[in-house]
Amino acid sequence: MTQVSVFPAPVMPGLRNLLSRYAESTMWLSRYMERIENLARLIEVTSTSVSATNLDAGWDSVIRINADEGLFFQHHEAATERSVVAFYIIDANNPDSIVSMARYARENARVLRPLISTEMWMHLNVFTRWVMELGPNDVGAGYLSGLCTRLKQDCQTHFGITEGTLYRDQAWLFYILGKHLERADQITRLIDIKYHTLLPSGVGVGSDIDMSQWTSVLRSAAAYHAFRRVLPEGMTPANIVGFLLKNDGFPRSLSTSLRSVYSVMGSLAGEYRLRHCAPIIERVEELRVTLAEQTVEDIIMRGLHEYMDWIQRELRQIQNEIAHAFWPPAVSVQSTGPGRMEQMQD
Amino acid sequence: MNMAAQAAGLFATYDIPDFFCELLNRGDIPPPGLQLVRDRLARFDLAELRRRAAAVEAQFYRLGITFTVYSDREAIDRVLPFDVIPRVLTAAEWDHVERGVQQRVRAINLFLHDIYHDRHILNDGVVPASLVLGNANYCQAMVGLDVPGGVYVHINGTDLVRDRDGRFLVLEDNARTPSGVSYVLEDRQMMLRLMPDLARGLNIRPVDEYGPRLHRALAEVAPTGVDSPQVVLLSPGIYNAAYFEHVFLAREMGIPLVEGRDLMVEDGRVYMRTVAGPRPVHSIYRRLNDDFLDPQVFNPDSMLGVPGLVDAYRRGNVTLANAIGTGVADDKAVYAYMPRIIRYYLDEEPIMTNVETHICAEREGLEYTLANIERLVVKPVGESGGYGLLIGPHATQTELDEFRALLRANPANYISQPVISLSVSPTLCPAGVEARHVDLRPFAVTGRDTWVLPGGLSRVALRKGSLVVNSSQGGGSKDTWVLAS
Repeated sequence: MTQVSVFPAPVMPGLRNLLSRYAESTMWLSRYMERIENLARLIEVTSTSVSATNLDAGWDSVIRINADEGLFFQHHEAATERSVVAFYIIDANNPDSIVSMARYARENARVLRPLISTEMWMHLNVFTRWVMELGPNDVGAGYLSGLCTRLKQDCQTHFGITEGTLYRDQAWLFYILGKHLERADQITRLIDIKYHTLLPSGVGVGSDIDMSQWTSVLRSAAAYHAFRRVLPEGMTPANIVGFLLKNDGFPRSLSTSLRSVYSVMGSLAGEYRLRHCAPIIERVEELRVTLAEQTVEDIIMRGLHEYMDWIQRELRQIQNEIAHAFWPPAVSVQSTGPGRMEQMQD
Repeated sequence: MNMAAQAAGLFATYDIPDFFCELLNRGDIPPPGLQLVRDRLARFDLAELRRRAAAVEAQFYRLGITFTVYSDREAIDRVLPFDVIPRVLTAAEWDHVERGVQQRVRAINLFLHDIYHDRHILNDGVVPASLVLGNANYCQAMVGLDVPGGVYVHINGTDLVRDRDGRFLVLEDNARTPSGVSYVLEDRQMMLRLMPDLARGLNIRPVDEYGPRLHRALAEVAPTGVDSPQVVLLSPGIYNAAYFEHVFLAREMGIPLVEGRDLMVEDGRVYMRTVAGPRPVHSIYRRLNDDFLDPQVFNPDSMLGVPGLVDAYRRGNVTLANAIGTGVADDKAVYAYMPRIIRYYLDEEPIMTNVETHICAEREGLEYTLANIERLVVKPVGESGGYGLLIGPHATQTELDEFRALLRANPANYISQPVISLSVSPTLCPAGVEARHVDLRPFAVTGRDTWVLPGGLSRVALRKGSLVVNSSQGGGSKDTWVLAS
């Protein structure tokens, strides 16, 4: 696999090191915005793909992808379109709803205001205000698709403004790190739940199944046309899973996300000489190796769910290790080794 | 008043009250620059002015140039109302204000050094010792401590008003953590963007030097022996009403905005937590009150401060701007003595004088205040933000009686001043362009020397007849133009 560095070395050497709290907020800002975009895609695709047969089928998988069964069924009897959409877009009591996440994103951006561009803040501020004003009438069936499109576009606008205005230093790397860790997590959740929802147990790979549902899985990951281009004839569940996991050209595949995480960690360790990167890099590398060395058939045969579950646990572990390395709860000057001595003044 | 008759266009219906009007009733022939602003404004159409004012407000809101009010779990961003008609000061007026502010800052710093060292001024009986040593803002931890350059007040805001004759009077000193300077810079940017035709060709003194000047001053007062000092801004965080200003200043200076939890003290040195581990900090522009700075010394419940910070400060390993315990200098009771303080240390007459002030802690002051309360403004000495004050002429009989009782119960808590006929400035109001009262807060930055930002914050009382300009009580702001010539 070729290693492409999309993260050029900083223009100015010896830049100040990023405040730990900023690093943490930067990472969560991008994670929340990425999560909002993924959720908006999922809702939109679910709403268009289920309408043909049973209006409310498929909505429960949105809840399972987000692991919100507990909270959701406390307040709702059944996973209907109406209840799930309200729960995930406008319910401020649901921490996983778009309105909650937009607020978290804005609070993180508020912390980062000394660092981020005015344009970034202005857009997020206006976006969050708009989301907070959405009511039940705005998420009705006739409006849902347009609403999801706008949500998606606002996330893309956010990413675009960030790409075009955020200074390329450590903050940028933590931003990219958060975004790709989130993407990796989201794609494995999507594959895990959809695969087992759409393939009832006992039905093997290649059985006669409803491919339109699989098309919608691709669409929810914005992968439909890319897949068609790569595998015009190969629309099988295994190929689709393989594409979403292993395709190195597809921007939302697991392998692409892991490559980005790997590259960012390399920049933090190399260009910025940050310590504690090695074990994290090793863990990411291990993930990449297991992914590269298996065919998708192997993965499915050995247990797709178990593999997705393991990857998610590893991703959580990476997040924890990043937190521990770069924003530890307690830190001592003494414990950080000789690196700081040159900085001390007497 | 004959000038009102000449006013036309936008000012055709401007009803100039019997006050000094910054633009239209100055009692003299206005200098050319001012005349030009006046003529240009007069040609503005009211609807056009309103259209631009609406654009300004929307822009401020989108940019998040706000002060934040938190209620329950919701953050409410409020925009400080901005008036599109600038307040203009001539070069001569500004020269006077600038010298007056510099003089005052010099005296305040000498006073603070003295009361935390030899206390000459107290021993000589110029200022009552009890007033200083018994003051809640007098800080024991500062006694005997030498601060770099003898500078205690690095950032000072002096609240000025103008009387009926246009004379500048000092209403209040702000020597702790004065706020509002971000509005000065933002107002200017907004003004030049939305009213370029009004400013065109005028030689207006720029304000954008503030960030670099402040950064330089903070670096100048860093502990000696530090080559390139790390300066940070210490903020209480996003829940503070002035958080936007903290962000703004950190950006203008290009320094990290830190919260207490970002800092740590080890072996009497201050560090900030970065992704590369702890990094030394040398100079802290703190926007946190004394009480919250260090739970080991002050309020033990404070989660906002940094344990050990005062120890590091006392060891001379870090500089705090402003110093701790400066509140004793801007106390409203000490204020009354400021003309005497200036004479005592500088052997000069005050360039800008105080508003006449009666100290209720003194017998004559109390008696005068009680006898004339209906004509006086009575202020509690400990409060800021215009809270808890009585404006005699606007008060009902019951309110006057209640305040008399308060005064008798705790006279030392109050001072009184005559009602000043605050100057007015034409202001865009719902009914058209009307006169509204204004004050002025110039900001002085002191490192090796004192620099005063040309202009300052002009606050305007938007309610008709109101004298209260505080943002928390219906005040707005105006761009302040200082003409270079």
